Amino acid sequence: LAPWVPVVGLEIHAQISSNSKLFSGSQVQFAAPPNSLVSFFDASLPGTLPVLNRRCVEAAVMTGLALNCSINKKSLFDRKHYFYADLPAGYQITQQRVPIAVNGSLSYSLCIDNKLSQMVTKTVRIKQIQLEQDSGKSLHDDTRSQTLVDLNRAGVGLMEVVMEPDLCCGEEAAAAVRELQLILQTLGSSQAVMAEGQLRVDANVSVHHPGEPYGVRTEVKNINSIRFLAKAVDYEIQRQIEELENGGTILNETRAFDSKLGCTVSMRDKEGKQDYRFMPEPNLPPLILYDAKSLPANMNHQQVVNIDWIHERLPDLPSVKRAKLVEQYGILPEHSFTLLNEDGLTEFFENVVQRTPMKPQKVIGWILKDLLSYLKQHSLTVKESPVSSSLLADLLNLLEKKEISSTAAKQVLAELWKGEGKTPLEIVTEKKLELMQDQKELEEICQAVIDGQENEVIMMVLG
Amino acid sequence: AALTGALRFQVSAALKEGRVTPTELCQKCLSLIKSTKFLNAYITVAEETALKQAEESEKRYRRGQPLGALDGIPVAVKDNFNTAGIETTCASNMLKGYISPYNATVVQKLLDQGAVLLGKTNLDEFAMGSGSTDGVFGPVRNPWSYSRQYKEKSVPKSHSEDKESNWVITGGSSGGSAAAVSSFTCFAALGSDTGGSTRNPAAHCGVVGLKPTYGLISRHGLIPLVNSMDVPGILTRCVDDAAVVLGSLAGHDPKDSTTIQDDFKPFELPDLTDVSKLSIGIPKEYHAPGLSSEILALWSKAADLFKNAGAKVIEVSLPHTCYSIVCYHVLCAAEVASNMARFDGLEYGHRSGMNKSTESMYAATRREGFNDVVRGRILSGNYFLLKQNYDNYFVKAQKVRRLIANDFVKVFRSGVDILLTPTTLSDAVPYMEFIKEDNRTRSAQDDILTQAANMAGLPAVNVPTALSERGLPVGLQFIGRSFQEKQLLTVAKWFEKQVKFPMIQLEEVKRHDHRGFQHQKSASFS
Repeated sequence: LAPWVPVVGLEIHAQISSNSKLFSGSQVQFAAPPNSLVSFFDASLPGTLPVLNRRCVEAAVMTGLALNCSINKKSLFDRKHYFYADLPAGYQITQQRVPIAVNGSLSYSLCIDNKLSQMVTKTVRIKQIQLEQDSGKSLHDDTRSQTLVDLNRAGVGLMEVVMEPDLCCGEEAAAAVRELQLILQTLGSSQAVMAEGQLRVDANVSVHHPGEPYGVRTEVKNINSIRFLAKAVDYEIQRQIEELENGGTILNETRAFDSKLGCTVSMRDKEGKQDYRFMPEPNLPPLILYDAKSLPANMNHQQVVNIDWIHERLPDLPSVKRAKLVEQYGILPEHSFTLLNEDGLTEFFENVVQRTPMKPQKVIGWILKDLLSYLKQHSLTVKESPVSSSLLADLLNLLEKKEISSTAAKQVLAELWKGEGKTPLEIVTEKKLELMQDQKELEEICQAVIDGQENEVIMMVLG
Repeated sequence: AALTGALRFQVSAALKEGRVTPTELCQKCLSLIKSTKFLNAYITVAEETALKQAEESEKRYRRGQPLGALDGIPVAVKDNFNTAGIETTCASNMLKGYISPYNATVVQKLLDQGAVLLGKTNLDEFAMGSGSTDGVFGPVRNPWSYSRQYKEKSVPKSHSEDKESNWVITGGSSGGSAAAVSSFTCFAALGSDTGGSTRNPAAHCGVVGLKPTYGLISRHGLIPLVNSMDVPGILTRCVDDAAVVLGSLAGHDPKDSTTIQDDFKPFELPDLTDVSKLSIGIPKEYHAPGLSSEILALWSKAADLFKNAGAKVIEVSLPHTCYSIVCYHVLCAAEVASNMARFDGLEYGHRSGMNKSTESMYAATRREGFNDVVRGRILSGNYFLLKQNYDNYFVKAQKVRRLIANDFVKVFRSGVDILLTPTTLSDAVPYMEFIKEDNRTRSAQDDILTQAANMAGLPAVNVPTALSERGLPVGLQFIGRSFQEKQLLTVAKWFEKQVKFPMIQLEEVKRHDHRGFQHQKSASFS
């Protein structure tokens, strides 16, 4: 059987972390009472006009720079028309002709064969990043034959990140999105929490034989976590392969991922293909951005967005942070991945290292094996850990000073987990876990053991 | 503001000196609105709030602290501007009963200056039309239909003919505002101008109609027809008043991203005596097919007036003028289709009882809420915006638009200061004749002289010039350079002074207390 080449392209919508919406002053907040964060403009009251939110532009520029994009010094806004209950104006304001950033790349790492010790770096090209409005939410109440519309989310700023179809499987998709998520969170341009709808991923999937043209692609939506992303992509690839091998065809359609069944289901739309009738947004002049060279001398700093100014203030991206951790603490690259992967873990680790003379290469073991496994077992985040970094540091200090054995230390840690407020020293004293330092006392104990086991000792001495 | 010219009787001065009070003025206007109800110029009269505003104004005058030239001045606003607490209908079933929660920026500015808002004026539905005949509240009647001047000239076709059926249209789409100003029920009114909707009715009703430069006055709160061409329009009885109103409205609005950032300084119009440094351009393409010989003669006479006064008068060419109507129709329909997409009955306005599905509710709501004109433009607009048509229609029209705008740039760059053209092809036609053709045909015909200024975003003003043979007003249009309203209005004012357009002689106005009404009978308030 001829091999199949799967092709996966992702479209990611990241909600911009800002106080107010993209084109209006109403607040951005998750889970507020329905229709409590809706301005006149969001409700599409006639005569209202969009006013661009500067913070959203900065967020998009930051993100573009972090993804190695060219920032377009002039970008345009367009209207994308369709009728839906959660789109009050009957159109979405987006950037279809000239988006704010283009031609970037995202590097991410994969473990080969699930071996954390064998990581390989891959790159996916970023086609573009565009600013656009989020829609409201509609909930279908079938029992009462009604649709409930909540416009709180209508008009919230989104960055749509469009990737080229460089990915080939669920694992790559998951790793790429995870890295993007970390980058966005580091920048602060989006909180990127998938569960709160701040990061939404649609996957375009197709398969073809090598050397032949790309196959028909389907779009998979309704993916609610990174784990499900990998599952959905892999399922869809498999489904398409099976369909084609059985002589069937792939329809260019939209499919929804059903997480319970672990499969994709056709969202057969009776309408057929939509013509969005794109038109320039006449109420927004072109978005002009400046850099140090093009900034006019008399321009008010408050009135413009300066790309270079933003570039200078970018924080260390995850890849840089990891490299620094490896260099600074002598830990392994895969360690740095795990540290960054858990929210707050890097900070925890660094706090412990600061408070103990124990070598970071030893501390990391305690963090990644002991602490992390406890957290995972109890489904806790680092922030929720009953063992604080100072407590752990105290414990490791006892170990480092050889006041307790490493076995004893693990016992103390188990006690600390109960979160009863006792210090490591108190637990050691309580449970008499101190390492004996008195030579004479140790000899007496050993002698007592030997005396009690005469036969075994003779056997051992005889060989 | 402008309190110049002791010879002219000014209402503002009268208010300041206490010779008339804001309440008296307001009451007179309200009473006159009632007695001219047959004009159908007003959709909503906000009697209670107007009187309250007048009271507040009066208190300020008594303290000697009026807010400015507009304090206590009764004004009217076209019903496509949002007014908080007062119905805004756009003369459409879609917005009947709609009470907006906010004021348009221009409305707020008027109120902040102490103006007294009498009510909302009638228009073509959603400002689509050139007659003010196609709104759900019925057509507006031109006050000149009832003037002595018109009645003297009109020959009844038969003895039994109902005099009433001979009334003429106001032109449109800001016909209600033009009629309101023309019939003395207010001192100034706001209209809107997308293809001539302020200048056209101004010409037919014998009032000054100013279309400002695009981007000078905020559109926030003006329910849009074509976002890239709409401007709030100003209707007054004299050019000086237009300058005062302009001064109170112009300037950057953070709520409207298409307004320019530059500081705007309100100005007083000088009394021009020497026009020898002026260069007046006469665009030959504005001798359009269908232009009445009467207006042609008047246009020529006006050109001579300037020439004889020492100005340089030259013929110029705006070669792409003939394409502007089709270009306008494509761009207008496309933007209309887009702007009207929000009227789905969900958040506000009319909602159909049809509730089988969201789609069916949308379709029924829009069919019930919009008239044929609006629906026609939505359908064609969506057609032009389809992916397969976009380049051939929308993009092509945008390119032609650029050519039209460049025509003006070239002419102004060649040393011409102001262009002089007719505003309309003829004087106002009787309603019965007007409705023989459909809205689209009429719009195409009537917009031809005014429309290009909207394409180019230029300021333009109609100045009432003379009465036609039928005793109806005819106006001429001046078009100026971008943001050069001061120059434009200075020339317009000089011209106004030369032609001495007669005052309308309306019986209804005469019937009112003659003494009290002296203020209104004079043309201006400033």
